[in-house]
Amino acid sequence: MGHDHTHPEKAWQAIRTEAIESLLNEINVLSSDDVDRVVKHYEENVGPKTGASVIARAWVDPEFKKRLLADGLAACEELGIGGPETELLHVVENTPAIHNVVVCTLCSCYPWPILGLPPAWYKSSAYRSRLVREPRKVLSELGVVLADEIEVRVWDSVSEIRYLVMPERPENTEHLSEAELIDLISRDHMIGVARDIKLNGQEN
Amino acid sequence: MNGIHDMGGLHGFGPVEIEPNEPVFTTEWGSRVFCMVQVIDGLGIWNLDEHRHEIELMAPEDYLSDTYYGRWMFAMERILERRNILSREEVDHRVEEIATDKREFAPLQSVGRNWPLAEDDKVPWGAWRKDEVVKPEFSEGQWVRVRNIHPPGHTRVTNYTRGKAGEVFRVNDQAWVFPDTRAHYRGENLQAVYTVRFEAQTLWGEEHAEPNSYVYIDLSENHLELIQED
Repeated sequence: MGHDHTHPEKAWQAIRTEAIESLLNEINVLSSDDVDRVVKHYEENVGPKTGASVIARAWVDPEFKKRLLADGLAACEELGIGGPETELLHVVENTPAIHNVVVCTLCSCYPWPILGLPPAWYKSSAYRSRLVREPRKVLSELGVVLADEIEVRVWDSVSEIRYLVMPERPENTEHLSEAELIDLISRDHMIGVARDIKLNGQEN
Repeated sequence: MNGIHDMGGLHGFGPVEIEPNEPVFTTEWGSRVFCMVQVIDGLGIWNLDEHRHEIELMAPEDYLSDTYYGRWMFAMERILERRNILSREEVDHRVEEIATDKREFAPLQSVGRNWPLAEDDKVPWGAWRKDEVVKPEFSEGQWVRVRNIHPPGHTRVTNYTRGKAGEVFRVNDQAWVFPDTRAHYRGENLQAVYTVRFEAQTLWGEEHAEPNSYVYIDLSENHLELIQED
C-alpha cells in the first residue's frame, strides 16, 4: 500500500517497466515522448488547485454555482477544465446539516481532471473497505468529528460518474479575493475527509 | 466476480493513514506505468471495463500485496499479450537483457504481431454514448432493490448492496455502457445509471450501523428491480 513507500522501490518492477516501455517504443505502439508529456501533465498542470479554483468561483459567483450544481463538467469547461476519467461530474454541497464524502470501493475512481491523481490513502484497502460501513468513525480518526444531527452522505462512485464535494464557505471571508479563497481549499475538503476551512494564520 | 477488489464493508485493514505532502507519483516506474496506460487507452487496444476486470483477475494475495500501479502493470501486460501485441516471453527476455546490462537488444520478430491494429479491430473508449438515447425504466423517488446476483465475470454491482432496498435519488438518463457485458465483448447494452440512496441500517444492520448515515451508489438499470407498492 502507498503509505509504505519509504521502503526501497522493488527493483524488479522498475526493470520490468523499463522493458515494457522500450518494447512498446520499438514496435511503435507508443513513444516515450508521449508518456513524458502525460507525466508532466499530472505532475504540473492538474491537481487539487484545479478543483479549488472551481469551488472558489462557485463561492463568489452564485450563477456559476447554480450551473456547477446542475452540470459539474459543463461548468468546469467554462474554466477550461476537463479531460479523461470524468464523463459526468456531480458536485455535492456541504451544508450545516449535511456532510459529503467520496470513495470508490471497487477500484479507486476519482475526478482526475478536477483534482489530479488520488493520494495513496484514497486507494488504500482501509479507506475503500471502511468508509461505506463506518464513515463517522473513519472521519473522526481523520479529525472530522460530526454530531449525530449532521447527516453523512457517502458517495460510492463505482460507475462512470465522478463526485466533487463543495465545502461551505467559511464566515468572515467576504474581504478575501478569489485567489485567496483558492488557497484555503484543500484536496481533502473536496474529497470530504476534511470539513472546516481554516483561515490562514488561524490556529487549529 | 466476488473478488478481493470488492472491498466495501470488509473488516481488518486498520486505520486510514494520510501522508502529508505526498508527491503525485511515489515511484518513477509507477509514473511510467500509469502514463503508458493513459497513452494506450486512446489506441483502441482495450476498453476500460476490460482493463479493470483484468486487475480483478489477479490472485487475491497478489492484489493485496501489490501497489496500485503494480496492478496496472499486471493488467497492461496481460491484455497486450492476449491482443497479440506484446508477448510475456518478449518482456521476460528484455528484462533479462536490461538486468544483465546488455548494451544492444536482440531485434524483435514482428511476424504475426497484431500491430498496427486494423480499423475494425479497434475498441471504442468511453462509457457515455452521446449520440444515443435511452428510456429509463425507473424514476426519482421510486424504491428499488439491487438484484441478488453473483456473476463470475466483471460487474460494478457491489457485494454490500446486493439484495438491499434503496430509493432512487437521481436518474442519470444518459446512454451508459453496461460494464458487465462490455468487459467481455458481449455488447454495450446502453442503459441509464441510477444514484440509489441506502440507509446505513439497511446495509449494515441495526446493531452496527452508524446513525444518520447514508450511502449513495451509482448502479446500472440491469442491476435493479422495482419494489412494487401495495
